[in-house]
Amino acid sequence: MNAAAPTRWFAGVLAAAAVLLFALPLLGLLLRAPWADLPTLLADPAVHRAMGLSLLSSLAALALAVAFGMPLALWLASGDSRLRTVARLVALLPLVLPPIVAGIALLLAFGRNGVLGGWIATVTGGALPYTTAATVLAAAYMGMPFFVLSAEAGLRAFDRRQLAVAATLGAGPWRRFWTVTVPLTLPALRTGALLCWARALGEYCATQMFAGNIDGVTRTMPLACGLAMEGEPATAIALGLVLATTSLGVLFLLRRGLLGEAR
Amino acid sequence: MGTFALLGAACGGARAPAAPTPLRVFAAASLAQPFAALAEAAPDDARPRLSFAGSAQLALQLQQGAQACVFASADAVTMHKVVAAGLAVGEPAVFARNRLAIAVPAGNPKGVRGLADLARRDLVVLLGAPDVPAGRYARQALQRAGVAVIASSDEPSVRAIVGKVQAGEADAGIVYRTDCAVAGVTGVPLDPAHDVVAECLVVALTSAADPARALAFVERLRGDVGRRILARHGFELP
Repeated sequence: MNAAAPTRWFAGVLAAAAVLLFALPLLGLLLRAPWADLPTLLADPAVHRAMGLSLLSSLAALALAVAFGMPLALWLASGDSRLRTVARLVALLPLVLPPIVAGIALLLAFGRNGVLGGWIATVTGGALPYTTAATVLAAAYMGMPFFVLSAEAGLRAFDRRQLAVAATLGAGPWRRFWTVTVPLTLPALRTGALLCWARALGEYCATQMFAGNIDGVTRTMPLACGLAMEGEPATAIALGLVLATTSLGVLFLLRRGLLGEAR
Repeated sequence: MGTFALLGAACGGARAPAAPTPLRVFAAASLAQPFAALAEAAPDDARPRLSFAGSAQLALQLQQGAQACVFASADAVTMHKVVAAGLAVGEPAVFARNRLAIAVPAGNPKGVRGLADLARRDLVVLLGAPDVPAGRYARQALQRAGVAVIASSDEPSVRAIVGKVQAGEADAGIVYRTDCAVAGVTGVPLDPAHDVVAECLVVALTSAADPARALAFVERLRGDVGRRILARHGFELP
């Protein structure tokens, strides 16, 4: 016990330093926040446009992530094969890929001169970069892995025998999915969806590279925040507060889910 | 958020004390080529460590406490922010002048002939952000020409604009004439009546670890060596 005490004390200091590392930037934001001018700053029509666009593109990205990510997670969770391992690696890459690389890669794939650029131009009659659709795609690209990861973990953890029971009771695959799979994996799906949405909402770097920074078209809140920091830091901090509060709200909603599923 | 990442990168790094502290020079993105050439021509012990970004980003980093010896800005407005913050030693000096041009992909596939074309709906147009010098100059020129661009993307520096035009992802961007001397880009000059003279200013900074070397760099830039290099890269000299 005598030997353990200094060790514990040392670990405690390191842990406290870690908490400080995360608390101080938040404190900086709060201390420098132009509280008195906040209503005026946030009432700016340009800020409203950025907020509206952020809400629209992050929700659209989430919808894409669920629509395409759920089937992917179902397949990934349905067995083990080399193909699945490779597909999982590719689909989860944006979790660890530097966002600027993601932006460049998106441009090379979906840009005008990209791999699919010509095809996109033929189908839609226009180019993808510098459009709201590009903003949505960038946000979905960065956010979807969170949903897939969480959904697959939830699907692998849930007891498949219940599906077999439902089948013997005459439920078809569609009905089994909605009445058994979804309700029983809901906490994992919810965690994945919230993390995906938060990541989509905060997307900056890939968006700037792939979608540009056009007022009302691709200038989401993080882009407006970054732009304002160069000329009107007060606006940047005000936007930063809104984004930070939203992020904290997401974490609050997740407070059980983040540790809960594994148990 | 990217800005904060940049701040971190600019401030980071305590160096080993063995070598003399490198001379850290913050320069506008439009000055990248002549400054790189100037650094190359410098003797080993005077070779500066260069950091390029949009002038506005650099000014912000300096105001937030980034350590640098010399600041070279692409316009007077941004330079005065740094001076007003009490970060400059003495008065900034104009060391070069530049003019604007419309950067278009090589061969000018969309047939852009002047500022008036930038109002066309079929063009993706890039400008520097309003606080980026090139963006401010571009807006002045557009105003003089009476042209309203429908929707343009605000880019953080001229380098970002040139890169996107070079890749063919944007149709046109207003940059400096000197930026158009790269492969894959054609520069369309502006009508002289609308063109803006961009002034590049340099100053030594109070945060310089070695003020004498900072001033020596400024002198080299403004002296014969600097002038020769700037002229070779298409800059006009004061």
